[in-house]
Amino acid sequence: MIEDKELDSLINEVFEHYGFDFGNYSKASLKRRVDRLYQLDGFSHFYEFLYRIRSDEEYYKRLIEEVTVNVTEMFRDPSFYAVLRNEIVPLLATKPFVRVWHAGCSTGEEVFSMAILLKEAGLLHKALLYATDINASVLETAKKGVFPLRMMKLYSENYMASGGTEDFSSYYSANFNIAKFNTELSDKMVFSQHNLVSDTSFNEFDLILCRNVLIYFDNNLQSRVIQLFDDSLSLLGFLALGSKETIKYTGGSNKFVQLRKEKIWKKIK
Amino acid sequence: MRRRCKLLIIGGSAGSLQVLINILPKIVLPIPFAIVVVVHRKNTYDTILEDLIALKTMIPVEYVEDKTVLAPGIIYVAPSDYHLLFEDKNTLSLDGSEKVNYSRPSIDVSFESAALIFKQELVAILLSGANADGTKGMQTIQEEGGVTIVQRPETAEIPYMPEYAIQNSNPDFIFTEDEIVNFVNSTIQ
Repeated sequence: MIEDKELDSLINEVFEHYGFDFGNYSKASLKRRVDRLYQLDGFSHFYEFLYRIRSDEEYYKRLIEEVTVNVTEMFRDPSFYAVLRNEIVPLLATKPFVRVWHAGCSTGEEVFSMAILLKEAGLLHKALLYATDINASVLETAKKGVFPLRMMKLYSENYMASGGTEDFSSYYSANFNIAKFNTELSDKMVFSQHNLVSDTSFNEFDLILCRNVLIYFDNNLQSRVIQLFDDSLSLLGFLALGSKETIKYTGGSNKFVQLRKEKIWKKIK
Repeated sequence: MRRRCKLLIIGGSAGSLQVLINILPKIVLPIPFAIVVVVHRKNTYDTILEDLIALKTMIPVEYVEDKTVLAPGIIYVAPSDYHLLFEDKNTLSLDGSEKVNYSRPSIDVSFESAALIFKQELVAILLSGANADGTKGMQTIQEEGGVTIVQRPETAEIPYMPEYAIQNSNPDFIFTEDEIVNFVNSTIQ
């Protein structure tokens, strides 16, 4: 495993050369991800690795892609989607226009899941789903709305477990080994690059989903991001986090009230 | 001779739950170390495993979330679908990256992370299982000066995991359930 001081020098180099700040990322996870890439690409000395990052911008992009975690699935954690479907989406129905932000959307599986929920509630026509990530290459994948066909069995099961009653395969067309989701869904999506570490609020939303992103940040950065979400939510808007994430270690927790034990918070002031 | 320990970490897979339920209630309290359990569990979001362990032992069991504070005298169980890491000696963190050894949580991932943080103040136990997870982690723990214990394969419901660890690392001890309990109660503090 790489040394702590090596990781620190990498964080400094990346910040100096590219302005990207890993300084408030969770050290344990970041170290593992960096070490994995270092081993995978067969470097024998850490300074070679640093030199490559510094001198080769394409390699820097690879670093960002490999170090940030992009594991996601449609309707991941079906019980969460059931609560969203049964309790949150009906509240959005009263709005003239519904704005949703997927912060850290990765390859877009959860954005398409949300679009399906909104469509089934008859709200998609008046909704806009903003999907952002720091990683440009995952956004390219997300925009296409094309996912591996072999995943559809699991996604279909997740969809049904979350309370879906339609024929899940009606949402995509299968072609060889890919499933292309209907453009009716993606027409309502806007994808753009956004860095939660350094970028500011860009709109006001009724629902923000940021699931399994904060786990990679330390408490200081988590507080910053919760403040950013607070700035970006309408009053009585909702914030949804991952199944093991919490806002209790951040400064903004007094502005939100949690929905029972669900990972959904309502902004109350 | 007693050995200073801040963390007792226990890894297991198929056949390990019964061993845990036999061992944990026999640990004499109070304990000056935290206990972390990493077992392969179904990919569901329930807390059946935590509740079962809590029912069987007097040691409090805490549900693990991101950045949960790690304190002595408490059992923490790695939640399903996340790798469990150690941020520092007092803080747990979670990681949703790719499965390791077909597992998330992976025992190797938690063992390696614990080894780097706790060094000599770590005792690790690897129990029954049908997979090679845990062995790499045991190697790192040895390099960092921690103590490694493997369940005696003849006493394991599924001996593959402890056997694999014995063949590919050099564990300090190969113990039956009773010997594990005895070691924890008499040797570590």
